[in-house]
Amino acid sequence: MATFTLPKNSTVGEGRTYSAPAGSKNVKSFRIYRWDPDGGANPRTDTYEIDLDQCGPMVLDALIKIKNEVDTTLTFRRSCREGICGSCAMNIDGLNTLACLKPIDEVKGDVRISPLPHMPVVKDLVPDLSQIYAQLRSVEPWLKADTPPPPDGERLQSKEERAKLDGLWECILCFCCSTACPSYWWNGDRYLGPAVLLQAYRWISDSRDEATGERLDALEDPFKLYRCHTIMNCTRTCPKGLNPAQAIGEIKKLMVERQG
Amino acid sequence: MAAPTIRSLRSPLGRVRGLGAAKGGTHHWWLQRVTSVALLPLTIWLVFSLARMPDSTWQEATAWIGRPFNAVLLLAFLAAAFHHMAYGLQEVVEDYVRGELAKVGALLALKGACFLLWLSATLAVLRIAI
Repeated sequence: MATFTLPKNSTVGEGRTYSAPAGSKNVKSFRIYRWDPDGGANPRTDTYEIDLDQCGPMVLDALIKIKNEVDTTLTFRRSCREGICGSCAMNIDGLNTLACLKPIDEVKGDVRISPLPHMPVVKDLVPDLSQIYAQLRSVEPWLKADTPPPPDGERLQSKEERAKLDGLWECILCFCCSTACPSYWWNGDRYLGPAVLLQAYRWISDSRDEATGERLDALEDPFKLYRCHTIMNCTRTCPKGLNPAQAIGEIKKLMVERQG
Repeated sequence: MAAPTIRSLRSPLGRVRGLGAAKGGTHHWWLQRVTSVALLPLTIWLVFSLARMPDSTWQEATAWIGRPFNAVLLLAFLAAAFHHMAYGLQEVVEDYVRGELAKVGALLALKGACFLLWLSATLAVLRIAI
């Protein structure tokens, strides 16, 4: 059966508390999941008290402040700090989102931060994404066409054809959606998950692509596609406001459409 | 803590591609939708009909089932309901049961049970109606 409880060596204990500097007036606690692959200890939750008067507005600002000023061992991914690279995806206050786009004042009480759910952890807030990257690679997310491009320019699309890609091209591959999906938690080894299926649909609905049927063939599988049970966590959690559940629904409709 | 045991050195892409797409599942998905839509009016009809005869005798109940209109709708309800149930339970097994042997065993058992229950219920209606 699926595992519903954490194995013994994954149960999370209470860690250290780093108090705010004396005289701080606007203090908020950040409770952060910590795990170090070296040393063999169980994961723990460390508490960092931060003076918000001395900190930027977003959760990522607090994480960077902690790493710079309080605890240099705190490990997390970040790059663009403006919601376009997808690096700082993590679970904040129970919802997968981007730390750089999540205002601290949206969180009531302590700010609880853990890595993206149900992925192997490399260290602290850094999940191992090698499987999900391989799944993305497996849907061949690039233009496939036998017709050579026009010698004097690029492949053209009508405005209507281009409009079909809106809501799809904006995906930044942060994988907040896939890691929020219970179906992906239980069957992530075979189910492709919302992020990858949205990417697959991005190429299925591209008028310049000539491999639509081949792409549908590769998805027509009880596990790769049909593990989606329209739970909608993907759409609810997407920090870019996209709708992966709808993209999956459109793929299923095309599967039926081509039957007859 | 002991170093994790490495069970496979196969590349992530090789593992993800696995045995390839089964080229199936669409029929299952579509029939699940069709039966659910069919069950909507059929269930409303059945509940409404049963609610109208709370104190009926055995004779009245069998006479009601014996009418061709009712018998046909009852048979249609049974077919749709048991089909929907078998396919729905199959999804649950595929979601949660681990191991090929356990999965195939569970699927055979539940499909067999659904099939026998459907046959029994259908036979009951037919014996009264014919």
